[in-house]
Amino acid sequence: MDALMLDGNAVAGLLQEVFTVEMTTAIGTCGGCGATDAVGAVHVYRGAGFVLRCPHCDTALMKVVAAEGRVWMDCSGLRTLEVSV
Amino acid sequence: MPPIISRGFKGRRRDDAPPDRVPPGQYVTNDFPVLSAGPTPHTPLDQWDFAIVGEVDELHRWTWEELRALPSESVTVDIHCVTKWSKLDTAWEGVSIDTLLDGIETSAEYAVAFCDGGYTTNLPLEDLTGGKAWVSFGYGGEPLEPEHGGPARLLVPHLYFWKSAKWVRGLRLTTADEPGFWEQNGYHLYGDPWREQRYWGD
Ligand SMILES: [Zn+2]
Repeated sequence: MDALMLDGNAVAGLLQEVFTVEMTTAIGTCGGCGATDAVGAVHVYRGAGFVLRCPHCDTALMKVVAAEGRVWMDCSGLRTLEVSV
Repeated sequence: MPPIISRGFKGRRRDDAPPDRVPPGQYVTNDFPVLSAGPTPHTPLDQWDFAIVGEVDELHRWTWEELRALPSESVTVDIHCVTKWSKLDTAWEGVSIDTLLDGIETSAEYAVAFCDGGYTTNLPLEDLTGGKAWVSFGYGGEPLEPEHGGPARLLVPHLYFWKSAKWVRGLRLTTADEPGFWEQNGYHLYGDPWREQRYWGD
């Protein structure tokens, strides 16, 4: 395990602010290997922004950048996101 | 719960820092915070190379030993992270990009740095030349630590530090400015700290 790694809880508040529902229990399907994991269980790295990575193959599932009043989300590594509403 | 949208690095402007060395919105730190977009790669040096590809006459490639045999430079520069910390007088050793590009014919005006782990960042070629950028493998008189980008990282101190790509493995020269890993998702295409070019539209 990488010393710099966080888990999905590190971005829980930010995702909840955008999606307005609890997101750590949302289920993401990796576009790289097809594995499914709860958002709270994925690997999170903090660079200039947050990177959520598949715990099985390290594919970047989401990049999340938050600035004053704006949030950018690149979900191109995520095949599906199942959200309970 | 802590504030949701991070305001970035919390520090203070160093009182004795010359104002002309600390860009707007930045705070001086004596630490060297580690930011990383992914796990730290550990590529063995005998499998490491640096390549210049893309809009070039042919592939140019240096093994680790070949790179280390090139003339290197010691530079002391200030670095500025977009998360609002700046660090003054950082001492690096590396090979100037001018040295690597010497004799290479290209019509490209831009470059995309590529790295172990898949990170990329885009820069105008003129920001990589003229003594402004290095492939750096030494920091503070020691080999560059993996968490800081070792064995080698790009060093482009006049732009925000996300442009100084860790674990760099080469440059792809391009005719168009192609957004990199962060530039595709909110961060500024160019990233001049003195103009606070942090995000799209800045
Ligand atoms: Zn995967």
